[in-house]
Amino acid sequence: MMAGVILVFSVAALMQFFVSYCRSLIAASSRRELSPDVQDVIGIERGAKGEDFERVMQFLHLCPERREDRNGIQAIGAYFRLLGAVGKTVGAILPALRVWTESERSQCAYFVAVALDRRIAYSRDMLADQMSA
Amino acid sequence: MVVCSLLRGPFRRYFTLNLYMSMSFLVSVGRYFVFTQHGLMSSEYIYFYYYSDAILTICLYFALMGLYAIVFEELGAALRLRVFMMLLLIGTTLFSYSVVHQSEARILTHYIVEISQNLYFVGLVLTYVLWAALLKLRESRVRVIQIVLSLGVYFSINAANYALHNAYPSLRVIWEYLPPVAGMLLPVAWIYAFVRFDEDARLTPARLAVMPR
Repeated sequence: MMAGVILVFSVAALMQFFVSYCRSLIAASSRRELSPDVQDVIGIERGAKGEDFERVMQFLHLCPERREDRNGIQAIGAYFRLLGAVGKTVGAILPALRVWTESERSQCAYFVAVALDRRIAYSRDMLADQMSA
Repeated sequence: MVVCSLLRGPFRRYFTLNLYMSMSFLVSVGRYFVFTQHGLMSSEYIYFYYYSDAILTICLYFALMGLYAIVFEELGAALRLRVFMMLLLIGTTLFSYSVVHQSEARILTHYIVEISQNLYFVGLVLTYVLWAALLKLRESRVRVIQIVLSLGVYFSINAANYALHNAYPSLRVIWEYLPPVAGMLLPVAWIYAFVRFDEDARLTPARLAVMPR
């Protein structure tokens, strides 16, 4: 009985902490503007849409990886899939929830766009270092 | 993480977190040693695993106390909070003992699973209270927020896992593999918080609440 109560409460708390943690990762990137080059390449200016996520991820995989952002991107990827599942299931009954999940998914897409921007800048710096060496 | 905080300065400020990480490292070395000497299914390894886990959870309580002290330092209530948390820790241990003492099968490993489940759950409740306090006090330091949230995720996974272990012992395939995954979470999230953000980095905490405030 007690184990069951702990299990239910823990899963509910886990969802809440996980969503807030992912939002804290996203919040740090949402204030940053994308460089004009990245805006041209991925076709996103200030705001992104949830459907842009997979496309931006494909661009992201083409760039050399930066160790610092790898875990953040994985966490946001898991959050994006969780939001997709919630939006499709519970969101079908509660339209307000579907709107919220879509807005969160668009922020996830913007997060990976900012990560792409950083990776491109990092690759450029690396190339410049090699050229000057 | 200990190296990161030593290099970047906040070692003393986050001393209890560093203490936990150091203990976690030592326990991992100890587990590896016992594992190579006695094997995975030996009673030595099982006892060492569960007892060291309980000790690590107590160290995590100290880390949580340190976080409470950081958040409430301006209110001057840190000492009272520490006393309260120590009493809670002792109370949880005694409660777990009394639950197992009343049961017919007084197995020591049962006690350690029971105490771990309860310690993780109390840790989860305390982290939840701390998170509510962060939102109420409008604490905006990104580093503190991320450390508290990742601790909340860690406590919830482990509390759920031990509860699952207790309620459904047959679901071994789940409760056996969750702890190593959860174990990766804290070092990764804390290193990220230390490397990526300065102590002065800020954000609006109300934006992070699942329920709009």
